[in-house]
Amino acid sequence: MSLLEIDRATLKFGGVTAVNDLSFSVEEGEVYAIVGPNGAGKSTVFNLISRFYEPYSGRISFAGENLLDRRADAVADLGIARTFQNIELFDHATVLQNLLVGRHRHRRTSMIEELLFTPRVRREERRHREVVEEVIDFLDLQPYRDKMIAGLPYGVRKVVELGRALASGPRLLLLDEPASGLSVEETQDMRWWIDDIRKQMGVTVLMVEHDMGLVAGVSDRVLALADGAKLAEGTPVEVQSDPAVIAAYLGAPADGGVA
Amino acid sequence: MRIHFKTSYDHDIRLFPDWWSFSIYAALVIVAVILPWLLGDFFLGEVTNVLIWAIAGLGLMLLTGQTGQASLGHAAFLAVGCYSCIILMEHGWPFLLAFPAAGIITGLFGTLFAIPAVRLHGIYLAIATIALSVLADDIIVLLDPWTDGVSGKFAPVIDIFGLEIERWSTPARFYWLVLAVTILCTLAYRNLLRAPLGRAFAAVRDSEVSATAMGVHIALTKAAAFGLSCAITGLAGALMGFFAGAFNNETFSITISINLLMMIVIGGLGSIHGAFFGAIVIAFLPQVLSMVTDTLGGGIAIPGLEMGVFGAILILFILFEPMGIYGRWLKIRTWLELFPFARKDMFRRQKSYLKTERLR
Ligand SMILES: Nc1ncnc2c1ncn2[C@@H]1O[C@H](COP(=O)(O)OP(=O)(O)OP(=O)(O)O)[C@@H](O)[C@H]1O
Ligand SMILES: [Mg+2]
Repeated sequence: MSLLEIDRATLKFGGVTAVNDLSFSVEEGEVYAIVGPNGAGKSTVFNLISRFYEPYSGRISFAGENLLDRRADAVADLGIARTFQNIELFDHATVLQNLLVGRHRHRRTSMIEELLFTPRVRREERRHREVVEEVIDFLDLQPYRDKMIAGLPYGVRKVVELGRALASGPRLLLLDEPASGLSVEETQDMRWWIDDIRKQMGVTVLMVEHDMGLVAGVSDRVLALADGAKLAEGTPVEVQSDPAVIAAYLGAPADGGVA
Repeated sequence: MRIHFKTSYDHDIRLFPDWWSFSIYAALVIVAVILPWLLGDFFLGEVTNVLIWAIAGLGLMLLTGQTGQASLGHAAFLAVGCYSCIILMEHGWPFLLAFPAAGIITGLFGTLFAIPAVRLHGIYLAIATIALSVLADDIIVLLDPWTDGVSGKFAPVIDIFGLEIERWSTPARFYWLVLAVTILCTLAYRNLLRAPLGRAFAAVRDSEVSATAMGVHIALTKAAAFGLSCAITGLAGALMGFFAGAFNNETFSITISINLLMMIVIGGLGSIHGAFFGAIVIAFLPQVLSMVTDTLGGGIAIPGLEMGVFGAILILFILFEPMGIYGRWLKIRTWLELFPFARKDMFRRQKSYLKTERLR
């Protein structure tokens, strides 16, 4: 059984079929990348998994459980964490507080206990902070720890968002264009982090990425998407040399193209 | 310039980051406790008034500043707190039971109101809450048998284990009571900020989408914010009733709601300090204005002057210091701490990226 299974999912926005009868599955422990031209439906697949959108038809299951039975806020409980293409951080909070929100799914204390800040709340807080400090060390975020998000450069925000997802202790990490807008050096860091996340933390990664260098560098398997449907699936090399994929990219020259 | 060395996780969890700030707040509390010996009855009354407004401000701050839900209806919740406390006492409940009960009742009302309100955003929520403020007046009149409608009610004397507390005859005791409630509410607020629920509030305020993805239940979180906010507001309302001595359907008008909202914006949204700074401005501005008009205009009352000046101050803050008095204070403090190394554009914000609304 695969960790994540998308089975013939379809989603329409009015006349646009954003995801068209799409099936794929992600195995535990792999890095799986989705590539495709702009508007191919990559982010929409993520939003289906996050349960922000209700599929028109099809099934999505995670670790054998039907994801469609869950509300969007109950997806995190299964150990699915994500980042957003346009960065959705809590702008008027510090980096530390943002990462701590990542721990929300592990909240065990009630409102009353928290108002009184009972010893149990303190114990739990300490535990959350231990995890978060590990993430801060891992991602070299120490200099920004107590800074407000609103004043941080774009590249740092991207890393903070990755950190917030990691802080939740995920089984599956969804990364929507983790390297977009990053410098060459920052992209290199991102590549190492993704490698470490998979190898050291044993987290499965599903990512959308345009940078084919990064995709080829870290992913085990690649899915090429166009107009919401599967074009090709396989190793990075197989997909890059697939005639249908090359045609799709040449048909959309505005996109960076396959490197 | 103070340098923080953090040596354990407890550092950020503690109530006070270091000895220095602990000493400052301890000194502040000591001064507050001995204040009745330092001030005359008139000024003590004014300070009591500031504290009551600050409690109400904390209540609204939790909802608007912390969770991002604007409310122009909090006067209605002040009224619920005030009436329920005093009606319970008229039915023989001792103050020590009636007062927290008033907070709980108001909190339940707030949660009830949240059921439809959690679906509304921004301006629509503001409009719905205005409706609440307007309705409150009529409902108080309709409930005449309990509320004595237009003729109003008188606040009874508070009796705590035989100790009589009344605003005019024992101003110091009343002040201490208000001070105790203020400290308790501030502590509860502060506790919330360092616990998961407080962070969930901020998460809901800044991005509902990613809060959801992190496992935050948006509707429940907002309902909790409404409940807690209204509970604190209810306590403030009860104290306002005792402070005013008498109140009727017109006491908790929409003007009070507007003043409250202005207060927390001027003070600084999202901070505990902001509620207190705003309360000082709101409570003392009328006095300052009347002193100014007395000396300048020879006692001629200018209608609407107070509201006009409030409005002007509010607009100036929104234009030039959206972080309120607290934000200004932080900048001055940082400048002093770094002196002479502060740079002019230190607080200029980075131009941020484009934020799309696609996922809303
Ligand atoms: N909320 C929405 N309402 C209507 N149409 C939408 C919505 N979200 C996405 N779409 C449409 O669905 C299609 C797929 O969009 P999606 O964002 O998934 O593309 P993408 O592959 O992530 O592209 P990009 O590389 O630009 O991020 C596009 O045609 C887009 O316009
Ligand atoms: Mg996208």
